[in-house]
Amino acid sequence: MRDKAALPKGQGRLFIGAGLIAVLLLAALSMMVGKYGSGPGPVFDALRQLVTGDGADHVLSTVLWNVRLPRVVAAVIVGASLAAAGATYQGLFRNPLVSPDLLGVSVGASLGAALGIFLSLPVLAIQLAAFAGGLVAVLAVSAIGALVRERDPVLTLVLAGIAIQALIGAGISLIKVLADPYDQLPAITYWLLGSMTAITRFDVLSILPAVVLGLVPLVLLRWRMNVMTLGEEEAQTLGIDTLKTRIALIAGATLVTAATVSVTGIVGWIGLIIPHVARMLVGPDFRRLLPAAMLLGAAYLLIVDMLARSIATIEVPLGILTAVVGAPFFLWLLIAGKRGWS
Amino acid sequence: MTLALKSLAFGYRDREIGHAVSLSLAEGEVLALLGANGAGKTTLFRSMLGLLPVKAGEVMLDGKPLSAWSRRERALRIAYVPQAHAAPFPFTVRDVVLMGRAAHLRAFAMPGERDRAIADAALESLGITGLADTPCTEISGGERQLALIARALAQQARIIVMDEPTANLDYGNQMRLLAHIRTLAGQGLAIVLSTHNPDHALQVADRVALLKDGTLMALGAPADTLTPQTLKDIYGIDVVIGRVEGSEALVCAPRG
Repeated sequence: MRDKAALPKGQGRLFIGAGLIAVLLLAALSMMVGKYGSGPGPVFDALRQLVTGDGADHVLSTVLWNVRLPRVVAAVIVGASLAAAGATYQGLFRNPLVSPDLLGVSVGASLGAALGIFLSLPVLAIQLAAFAGGLVAVLAVSAIGALVRERDPVLTLVLAGIAIQALIGAGISLIKVLADPYDQLPAITYWLLGSMTAITRFDVLSILPAVVLGLVPLVLLRWRMNVMTLGEEEAQTLGIDTLKTRIALIAGATLVTAATVSVTGIVGWIGLIIPHVARMLVGPDFRRLLPAAMLLGAAYLLIVDMLARSIATIEVPLGILTAVVGAPFFLWLLIAGKRGWS
Repeated sequence: MTLALKSLAFGYRDREIGHAVSLSLAEGEVLALLGANGAGKTTLFRSMLGLLPVKAGEVMLDGKPLSAWSRRERALRIAYVPQAHAAPFPFTVRDVVLMGRAAHLRAFAMPGERDRAIADAALESLGITGLADTPCTEISGGERQLALIARALAQQARIIVMDEPTANLDYGNQMRLLAHIRTLAGQGLAIVLSTHNPDHALQVADRVALLKDGTLMALGAPADTLTPQTLKDIYGIDVVIGRVEGSEALVCAPRG
C-alpha cells in the first residue's frame, strides 16, 4: 500500500459516491442483524406495517424502529464523527499519533459521564457532563502544550495527554470505588467500554445539533486545514491567523467527539486508524480526506456493531472490538514505518 | 515596499540572542546575512517575520510597525522560505505551491483557476514543473527547497526572506538558484537570505550583513564587508579573496 498524493479529477467524487452507497448498504444490512427479527423478511414486514398502519406485530415494529434504527443511525453518526475529529487532530498536530483518545477528550468525557451516573443525574445532564469533561481535558492538554514552548510541540502534547489522562483515570477509578457496586458500577464500566445497546431515538436526536455544529468549521476550513499541516510558523507566514483557525478547528473536533462519547461511551481507535486508511486511499488533501474518513468511519462502526451484536450470545462492548482490530493495525503502521510519520 | 529593523533586540522569553540590529531593505536589493553557527541568523529572521516577539526596537514594514499589520497583510508583503524539512503528509509539490496563495484567498475560499495558473508559473520559473504531481515526501531535500521557493513566488510578495536557501542544493542548483535570485531582484523584489558560504554572498548580494554575537559586525557592499579580516573574525579561518581567471565573481579560499 502506498500513499496516494492526488487522485485524478473526478476519481475523488467517484470514491465518495461509492463510499456513500457502501454505507447505505451496510446500514440496510445492519437493520437485518439481531436476535429478534433477523434477515430481510422482518425488515420488509416492518416497513409494510409502517406504510399500511396495520399493526400485526407490535414487538417487531418496536424492535426495528425504536431499538435497531436509532442504533444504526448512531453507528453512522458516531463512526463518521470520530473519524472526522481524528483527521482534524492529526492534521492540526501534524502527527498521525494524535487522536481524540490521546488528547484526553474521550477520557475527559468519560469522567464527566461517570460522575453523572454516580450522582444519578438525568440522561441529558450526563451528556452535558461528558461534554464538559471532554472540553476541559482538551483545553488542559492544549494549555500545557502552549505553556511548554521552545520544545518539540508534538512530543509535549503527547506527554501532556498521557499525564492528563492518568489524572482523569484516577478520578474515574475513584468514582468506580465509591459507586454502588450493584447499580452504578456496572453502568459505569459498561459505558467506559463503549456500547450502543441502550441508544434511543432521543439520544440520537440530542447529539445531532452538536455534531452538525462541530462539523461546520471542519467543512468550511477544509482547504485552510491543509495549510495548517505545514505547522504553526509556516502557516503564519503564509498569512493565516493560526490561533483563530486552530481554535475553530479544535473546538469543532472536540464538540463532535464529546457529543458522540456522551451517548456511546469510549469507542476507541476509530479516530486514530480510520483517518490513516482514508489518507492511504485518497491522499492528504483535507477536501477529500474529510468525507472519505467520515464514510469509512461510518462503515467501520456499522460493521463492528454488527459483530458486537452477533458474535456472542451476550453483546460484546464496542471498545473491546475496536481495540482488538485497532491496536494491531496501529502496531503494523508503526513497524512498517509508514510515510506520514515524523 | 520597505522593511526596516530599528535597533532590534531579539531572542526568546528569558534569553536575548541579539541586540542593536538596524538595517533596511530597498526594492530590488539582495541582502545576504552571514554569521557563524548560533550567531542568531534564524532567530533574527523569525523576529523580522513577526514569528517571535521582539525584545526591544521595532520592525517596520512600509512605514508601520509589523505588529500593526495582520498576518494576512504581512503575508501579502513578505514571503518566507524556511529551511527544507521533512513534511508530515504527502501533499504534491503543486498542492504545496498552491498553499502560497492562502493570503490571497478568503478564509473559506478554495484556490481557483487563476491561483493554479500562478502556481504553475512559479513551478515553471524554477524549472520543476516535472515534479508538480510528485508527493513532497518523495523528493530530495534540494527539490523540496525549490518547491518552497516556488511557494514563496506564488505568494507574490515583494519581499522574500530565505533561510539558507542553498544549504540543501547541489552545486548546479546552487548556481541556478543564485542566478534566479538576481532575476527576481531585477524584477524589483527585495530578498534577504542567510548563507554559510561567503562565495554565495559575494556572487549574489548587493549588500552583506555580518552577524556576530547577536550584533551587526558589518553592513555594506560585499567587497567592503567580506574581507579576510572579517571572515577570520567570524569563522576563525584565514582566507584569501580574489578572482579566478575566466569568472566575474569574487571567490574566497583558505589561505596557504
